[in-house]
Amino acid sequence: MTKFEINDCHKKTIKEICESFGNKRSELINILHRSQEHFGYLPEPVQLEIALNINMPLAKIYGVVSFYSFFTMTPKGKYPISICMGTACYVRGAEKIVEALEKELKIKVGEVTQDGKYSLDCLRCIGACGLAPVIMIGDEVHGRLEPAMIKDILKKYE
Amino acid sequence: METIKLTIDNRQVEVPKGTTILQAAHQAGINIPSLCYMNLPHLAQEHKPGSCRVCVVEIPGRKNLVPACATECADGMTVLSHSLRAINARRTVVELLLSDHPKDCLICPSSGNCELQKLSITMGIREINSVENAAMSTYRKDASPALNRNMDKCVMCRSCETVCNEIQTVGALSAVNRGFMSVVAPAFEQELTDSPCTFCGQCVAVCPTGALTAVDNTFHVIRALADPNKFVVVQTAPAVRAALGEEFGYPPGTSVTGKMTAALRSLGFDKVFDTDFAADLTIMEEGTELLDRITRYLDGDKSVRLPILTSCCPAWVNFFETNYPDMLDVPSTARSPQQMFGAIAKTYMAEKLGVKREDMVVVSVMPCLAKKYECQRDEFKVDGNPDVDYAITTRELAHLIKIGNIDFKTLKEEDFDRPMGESTGAGLIFGVTGGVIEAATRTAYELFTGKKLEKVDFHELRGMEGIRTASVNFDGTYIHIGIAHTLGNARKLLDGIRKGMYNFHAIEIMACPGGCIGGGGQPLHRGNSIVLKARMDSIYKEDFNKPIRKSHENPEIIKLYEDFLGKPLSEKSHKLLHTHYFSHPKK
Amino acid sequence: MQLLVCGGTGCRASASATIVEKLNESLKAHQLTEEAQVVTTGCFGFCEKGPIVKVIPDNTFYTQVKPEDAEEIVAEHILKGRKVSRLLYENPENQEHIADSRHMGFYQKQMRIALRNCGVIDPENIDEYIGRDGYSALAQVVTDLTPEQAIAMVKQSGLRGRGGAGFPTGLKWEITSKFSSDQKYVVCNADEGDPGAFMDRSILEGDPNSIIEAMAICGYCIGATKGLVYIRAEYPLAIKRLEIAIAQAREYGLLGDNIFGSKFSFDMELRYGAGAFVCGEETALIASMEGKRGEPRVKPPFPAESGYMQKPTNVNNVETFANVPVIFLKGPEWYSSIGTEKSKGTKVFALAGKINNVGLIEVPMGITLREIIYEIGGGIKNGKKFKAVQTGGPSGGCLTEAHLDTPIDFDSLVAAGSMMGSGGMIVMDEDDCMVSIAKFYLEFIVEESCGKCTPCRIGNKRMLEILEKITQGKGNMEDLDHLRNLAYVIKDTSLCGLGQSSPNPVLSTLENFYDEYVAHVKDKRCFAKKCKALARYTIDPDVCTGCTICARNCPVEAITGEKREPHFIHQEICIHCGVCYQKCKFNAINVE
Repeated sequence: MTKFEINDCHKKTIKEICESFGNKRSELINILHRSQEHFGYLPEPVQLEIALNINMPLAKIYGVVSFYSFFTMTPKGKYPISICMGTACYVRGAEKIVEALEKELKIKVGEVTQDGKYSLDCLRCIGACGLAPVIMIGDEVHGRLEPAMIKDILKKYE
Repeated sequence: METIKLTIDNRQVEVPKGTTILQAAHQAGINIPSLCYMNLPHLAQEHKPGSCRVCVVEIPGRKNLVPACATECADGMTVLSHSLRAINARRTVVELLLSDHPKDCLICPSSGNCELQKLSITMGIREINSVENAAMSTYRKDASPALNRNMDKCVMCRSCETVCNEIQTVGALSAVNRGFMSVVAPAFEQELTDSPCTFCGQCVAVCPTGALTAVDNTFHVIRALADPNKFVVVQTAPAVRAALGEEFGYPPGTSVTGKMTAALRSLGFDKVFDTDFAADLTIMEEGTELLDRITRYLDGDKSVRLPILTSCCPAWVNFFETNYPDMLDVPSTARSPQQMFGAIAKTYMAEKLGVKREDMVVVSVMPCLAKKYECQRDEFKVDGNPDVDYAITTRELAHLIKIGNIDFKTLKEEDFDRPMGESTGAGLIFGVTGGVIEAATRTAYELFTGKKLEKVDFHELRGMEGIRTASVNFDGTYIHIGIAHTLGNARKLLDGIRKGMYNFHAIEIMACPGGCIGGGGQPLHRGNSIVLKARMDSIYKEDFNKPIRKSHENPEIIKLYEDFLGKPLSEKSHKLLHTHYFSHPKK
Repeated sequence: MQLLVCGGTGCRASASATIVEKLNESLKAHQLTEEAQVVTTGCFGFCEKGPIVKVIPDNTFYTQVKPEDAEEIVAEHILKGRKVSRLLYENPENQEHIADSRHMGFYQKQMRIALRNCGVIDPENIDEYIGRDGYSALAQVVTDLTPEQAIAMVKQSGLRGRGGAGFPTGLKWEITSKFSSDQKYVVCNADEGDPGAFMDRSILEGDPNSIIEAMAICGYCIGATKGLVYIRAEYPLAIKRLEIAIAQAREYGLLGDNIFGSKFSFDMELRYGAGAFVCGEETALIASMEGKRGEPRVKPPFPAESGYMQKPTNVNNVETFANVPVIFLKGPEWYSSIGTEKSKGTKVFALAGKINNVGLIEVPMGITLREIIYEIGGGIKNGKKFKAVQTGGPSGGCLTEAHLDTPIDFDSLVAAGSMMGSGGMIVMDEDDCMVSIAKFYLEFIVEESCGKCTPCRIGNKRMLEILEKITQGKGNMEDLDHLRNLAYVIKDTSLCGLGQSSPNPVLSTLENFYDEYVAHVKDKRCFAKKCKALARYTIDPDVCTGCTICARNCPVEAITGEKREPHFIHQEICIHCGVCYQKCKFNAINVE
């Protein structure tokens, strides 16, 4: 993975994001959401820049980033795959779907494929329990899955 | 005041409204154990996250047990601190803490001084009911020049986080991660050296376990003492003598200067000197610098930066280098007493004694962890040889004395060696908040007015309040003085100065609560401000009894200037006794 | 005529947006755009049969519609008035088609208060909400009632908080109203986190204006001028619809200064969650809204006294708020006539798991689990045997056959060892291992524990380790004692509601399925055959053809046998990996 190098353009973006929330510490989570939307993830230099803008200790910012599972410090794949681990999906075999995806992509949950194409994560209920078990690839929901269907679904993203 | 009556363990207790169960029980002689609770009344900081759950007690009728530390007493309340339910819960909680804690107590730096260990002993825990090979939350070890972090031993009381952020406003530490892997760490769990840490060591002073400990230089000192080719000189900071006795069972506030000197001599140090001597020297340099700036300012020189800030506290130096890189020309350029001592010892003294620089080892005994870092700074080395070789803490000295098989209590009192053991009361009070500025005032008054100072004690400069201000009458000219202890208060003062709120001539800043007496290298105060007050009183008492109480009257200092330095702020002084600061912008 | 198309997350995942497109295209092609309009609504609830298209006014309910069916619906139903029977719901009992949803078992026992507008109106059009008496409760409250009178009505209705413990809503408002402050806040907790619960999302997606109206009413009652919705960032559709609704309400003067010409002013903002279950706890939620780690703190002080930014704050969840306008529209007496003695009104459940009719249902309090599972839910999937129903998510417990006839309300569920929680209801059948289910919930809790207090941080981890040990066949009877003691202590000593209720799935399964634990521990058996390590693989000699494929694939050479002769598995070598079972082409391998 190449290290994220921050440039003046990035700094300007972060400054604007922070300013749009009045540089308030209480708006940290909104600032992080917006920054992650922009950069795709929250690498160290981005957090440092936020710290400088809102005058908050960097440790505290990292404390918040590392607390919430929505925030990530590693870039996701081009097609991020999220497996719903809600109870409905669990009792309808989500674990088998995890196994199938791990086998097919040759990565574990939380990892990104070598080519950076897919990343695999588990997520709390997405509320499509009627379609259990479900996965999300990008914004697209795939439901009523069987392990055997995984291969064909992934083919659509080739 | 409205009072409340309640029953704790069948005892009637009457307490003011707002009292917690923990406090009420304590009043009644019932010591409910606690772990995460920390109270620093003199710093107006009460840390009660209510998270360790060790102090849980039963209130019949309530659904759950309640934490005694965070539950207020109510009228007619019945509290059971040792019902079966409470004991079982407390025991299980301690067992859980132990199940995620290394069991290397025998060789842990905090052994014998660990709150978790004490709990385990008190509860009589003999086995831990958890599965074999239960997972432990482990983290990367971190060794900085001053303190070590072994967060495997963290119990998540988060006292260090509170001290670092609320009291010191350093912001090096925060709770990070979530759940079982949550821990207190710098950003990205990096090393402290990459964080804004000032090495003030207050996190060590409040850590209940061996998670945060001081770097131990004891064996470097033992080796140096054993080396026949080395001439080993020791200096002891003023605050050390006011606290060392605690390690040997003396009550807080017992001054053990004479016994300490005897112990050091017995350990084999070739010369037993005193940092107080260097403190007097600091006053000569810093006081002259202060007078110089003030005189020029009063004469209308607009280029003068005022107020002048003291610079003897290394954690404070680290703090302003990180947080106020735009104000680097404001603090005094005078080195700290530790470094002035080293510079003089390895030049003037070495020459006098006929010892080569490289053969001389200077050991300093300090109440401080940041001193360990300070003596390693490049600007305090000559061709790679440091002016001060090893800084050890008060606690390490106590260890050395124990390793040396010395029965401290029966030692006969001895005096320091001359010349660098000669000191005044002014040098001594460097150990407490307000002391440096009082010492400077005693000298500056006489130099400025040309008159003899009749009233040596400046009570207006003393006390435990976080920020204090006073105006001292220099024969018609009022000198405005500000004093802050803890870095959080320092920040308040400095931000005020930036905004133009204050109009001070001089400001003294100490990073630790109460000044050096509350340093991170002292017997752990664990936030107990009564201990700090006792140490403070002991220092003022010793000052009161000193025959000489003004730095410029120290005969050996006078001689040093005559023989070697010339005069304060001379070229030689600048080279040996002054320094410059570096900008370390915030990370 | 109107064509209502479900725009809930479930149906959208099955291309309901494309169905809308196709319907519009067909209407255009047949020049019917004047006669019929396509409306995207919120969730209809019957997710099992989604995507759903409903034709108004004849109430025809089309199920499992595909984009390619759009043309037929328009050409047949809209143009010619003939129902497309192949898309109608089929009664599983007699295979007859049911066209009108009101006659389906799934809807017959339901009573929709919180979901009254979901699947009925276009949630992105405030006029449709107003057309169904929307904002008239707010008008009535701010113009005719004093805050005290309005609070009295909420108290009289008997409404209790729908987020978990069921604290009386009116009382909560009253307490907050009594603290004086220059600023107070109304907070809507939309950080729905129970795995398997999605009612709050459905309400926000289907009827966002009801939440805005209720929060404004609450603001008037407690003296707050500012509302905040703390919503999961994972709910983009709900966020979008709520934002639209807020903008429209502002435009109409229903938010802002001097609402309905009164002196009352109220406005609101959204705050986003970031993936932490514990933020459903109100003090953690407030910490999170302040930009901090979402850690709960010791109460008191309660948020009513010191909440968001240390100001008095009233926190209610989405479903609770959704009930509020109805109380004023129909009167507290009407509301309190529904339900049981101590639990009034209705409750929304997300019915899921091994059940025929998965979906979102709203039923009056006091209904039995049997009615829900067998009448509304249509029984267990694939004719399997009912084993348990889990309510209350990770804070709740597993109930059994014996509880099926208990009338459901806040207190009876707690008495049965579970809780209402936010309303997840997961049905399990004979194939589910209850030890594994307890483990599943603990895994969730361990993942989501904030780490602040000792019992939850370390205790739950230890409980999980014991359950792992048991499911691997390494448990002993002492472990069960440790498990129980840990569970009681964690319940008794944890700092917040999450920790205090986290042992419930373990305690309730220990209570109701103790035999299953003992079987795992003593006999090393898992009845449901879920615990791989406990499975015993044997070869049926009568079926085995001696093809050797199992022996060749066994990673530990536990299978022996001559070619064309029955093979044999040596139990002492077998590592229970199940490869032989997967590889055998003749179903000769039995799993016990």
